[in-house]
Amino acid sequence: MTFYGWLTIFLFVAVLTAVAIPLGGYMAAVYSGERTLLDPIMRGPERLLYRLMGVDPNREQDWKQYARSVITFSLVGWLLLYFILRTQGLWNFTGLNPMGFHSAPWNVTFNTVSSFLTNTNWQYYGGETTMTYLSQMAGLAVQNYASAAVGIVVAVALIRGITSRSGTSLGNFYRDFTRTILWVLLPLSLIVSILLVSQGSIQNFSHYLSFRGIQNLTQTIAMGPVASQEAIKLLGTNGGGFFNTNSAHPFENPNGFTNFLEMLSVLMIPAALVFTYGRLVGSRRQGYAIFSTMMVMFLGAVIVCYIAEAHGSPAQHAAGLHTGVLAGSTGGNMEGKEQRFGIAGSALFNVVTTATSCGAVNSAIESFTGIGGAVPFANLSASEVIFGGVGTGLYSILLYVLLAVFIGGLMVGRTPEYLGKKIGAREIKLVALGILITPLSALFATAMATASSAGRASIDTAITGHGPQGFSETFYAYLSQANNNGSAFAGYSGLIQPNAGNLGAHGITFADLLGGFDMLFARYAPILFALAVAGSLAGKRVSPAGLGTMRTDNPTFVVLLIGIIVLVGALTFFPALLLGPIVQGLTGHLY
Amino acid sequence: MLKDLITSARGMLLVTLLCGVLYPLLVTGIGQVAFPGNANGQQVFVGGRLVGSKIIGQAFTDAKGNPLPQYFQTRPSGTTPADNAAATSFANYGPNSTVTEKAIAANISAYIALNGRYYPGGLTPAKVPVDAADTSASGVDPDISVRNARIQAYRIAAVRHLSLAKVRHLISTYTSGRGLGFSGEPGVDVLELNLALNRLS
Repeated sequence: MTFYGWLTIFLFVAVLTAVAIPLGGYMAAVYSGERTLLDPIMRGPERLLYRLMGVDPNREQDWKQYARSVITFSLVGWLLLYFILRTQGLWNFTGLNPMGFHSAPWNVTFNTVSSFLTNTNWQYYGGETTMTYLSQMAGLAVQNYASAAVGIVVAVALIRGITSRSGTSLGNFYRDFTRTILWVLLPLSLIVSILLVSQGSIQNFSHYLSFRGIQNLTQTIAMGPVASQEAIKLLGTNGGGFFNTNSAHPFENPNGFTNFLEMLSVLMIPAALVFTYGRLVGSRRQGYAIFSTMMVMFLGAVIVCYIAEAHGSPAQHAAGLHTGVLAGSTGGNMEGKEQRFGIAGSALFNVVTTATSCGAVNSAIESFTGIGGAVPFANLSASEVIFGGVGTGLYSILLYVLLAVFIGGLMVGRTPEYLGKKIGAREIKLVALGILITPLSALFATAMATASSAGRASIDTAITGHGPQGFSETFYAYLSQANNNGSAFAGYSGLIQPNAGNLGAHGITFADLLGGFDMLFARYAPILFALAVAGSLAGKRVSPAGLGTMRTDNPTFVVLLIGIIVLVGALTFFPALLLGPIVQGLTGHLY
Repeated sequence: MLKDLITSARGMLLVTLLCGVLYPLLVTGIGQVAFPGNANGQQVFVGGRLVGSKIIGQAFTDAKGNPLPQYFQTRPSGTTPADNAAATSFANYGPNSTVTEKAIAANISAYIALNGRYYPGGLTPAKVPVDAADTSASGVDPDISVRNARIQAYRIAAVRHLSLAKVRHLISTYTSGRGLGFSGEPGVDVLELNLALNRLS
């Protein structure tokens, strides 16, 4: 561990908070229709988009209509992306397939499409050997925008349900969606992508570079429109890399500055939305309480991960390496990490992207130490509520807040109510279902995949999947897909690709389909439950807070909330975690 | 339902046009005008011939994969062949795996075999820097640690008949600092360093 490592972590938290508070205020203005800085530029395009879509932005939707729009919009997006990816070899005339790639097989494409629709960005393919520039920019990156916007608008709808004064309206899906794209995602992506290019990210449509180096070896370097996709991949907490090695690739993440910027981009919107929430419910303290809850768990994860990675791995020690800090060397577990990020930059990035549903990686999670690797497991086990994905994090933690209010109310013997609305049996049933969907699909899929030979075909027993690591790979794969995260213990595979460009490639159908359904189910079922809760709350009258009302904006409630999140996560996942990362982290044994 | 489908289809096409076509074209336009070097991958030319990208690591080996002693060596790579920037991949070596231990041990022996006899007092595994023994993440890590470069400097000075001070001076010239002064670790760009060596001798 080094001084600069801890300084980076400290400054990151400080800068994040400083950016998130004003951004949260800005987004509150965007969703309540108040005047904002960008109105003069965006009003025109906004009206044009409504006209071309044929939408009346002032038509209010109840929760069922809102949910129907979310589902049809996602369905159409799924079909369009599947079409683009399966026909990518036919679009050579656009000049956006300079390497002449064919389409990937149907089963991998099913997985990929489901993955990008659900904001997961789980990748069984390597970007630079599989996807044409057209597929990347007009297919995958578009879903990076759309899935991020869908997540945000569902959170906004839930907030409206909570704040609504005895009505049924949750707003209008198309209006919220359009404003999210124009006022939030596009402007931020533009700024971040230009900053990335200024630091060395590439942005071109060239043929891959082929040349002989000074040592006379023939080499090829993949090119592409990287920076534009990188920006939205992070801001939308998507995480699907342009290249196979994601944000570890120097063209995606060229230096220490971009590493900092990228981590900030990932957490910026999820953190801001918490403050947006405080403003919209008319009590900023509610936002601060949720922010504190998330930040406490986040810091715990960062500290554990950094210490574990700086300590080094059993394999390094067995080989005789000295893993302490030396002059000119950071020490620690540098296996699967880049020199320019070092240990702290890798550990922090890892926690940032697994606490949120981003899932981008700048280092190989598979190569993290047992305890360092248990941290992303724990983040995923908390069901993406430590900031979480854009929107998804907020609506998921609000479900936990309602659960905490309910349990707290039972403990002190009062009718549970939140912000003046009584929480009844119907709400708690929906909340419980919404919370349990993700663990259920993760554990069910992991059980299927480990119990069947078709599932075990994805484990590379020769190199990466030795002993407990094989189980860790499998468990992580389905946990990550169920949480719509997308990071991986990347030894687990779903595509056999002997040649770049998909010639002769075939997918592993079992893993592709199981993962695909895992992602779709664990994305849309909680969305429906969250919207149903919103609809149910929207119709309730607000009763004024009295002396008997349980406070939800003080440290006691924060402790209760953390306790419940940890309890639910630990009770569901602890037995499975014991079998993989924990046994490795505690024994130091080689397998 | 049908109306929703039609609206959704129009919406999806519009988003594709706006975020999937206009947005990347705009970024490309700005990038190519304002930062043409970066946007095209910081290509390096020697005598008019393209020899690499400043920020993509290369293997400085012969065709059989044996390290060329006159060049600084990059970190171990998990791609096939090593430092393959057309198909990057992680090595995915697990922390508690015997496979990992063997891979690290092999990297250590290769490093000692290459540098041990030039380094004063010789090298032991405990003296090998972690970045020289552990595989990089991208497989095309352009940098090595300062410690790694300073150990290799003894070999380079001997093989190229240069003074150690001169090689060390070059190392500090091509060492990049931390981002914003605190983020990340200093690294030595191997391609730039080797090109500078070639210009010297």
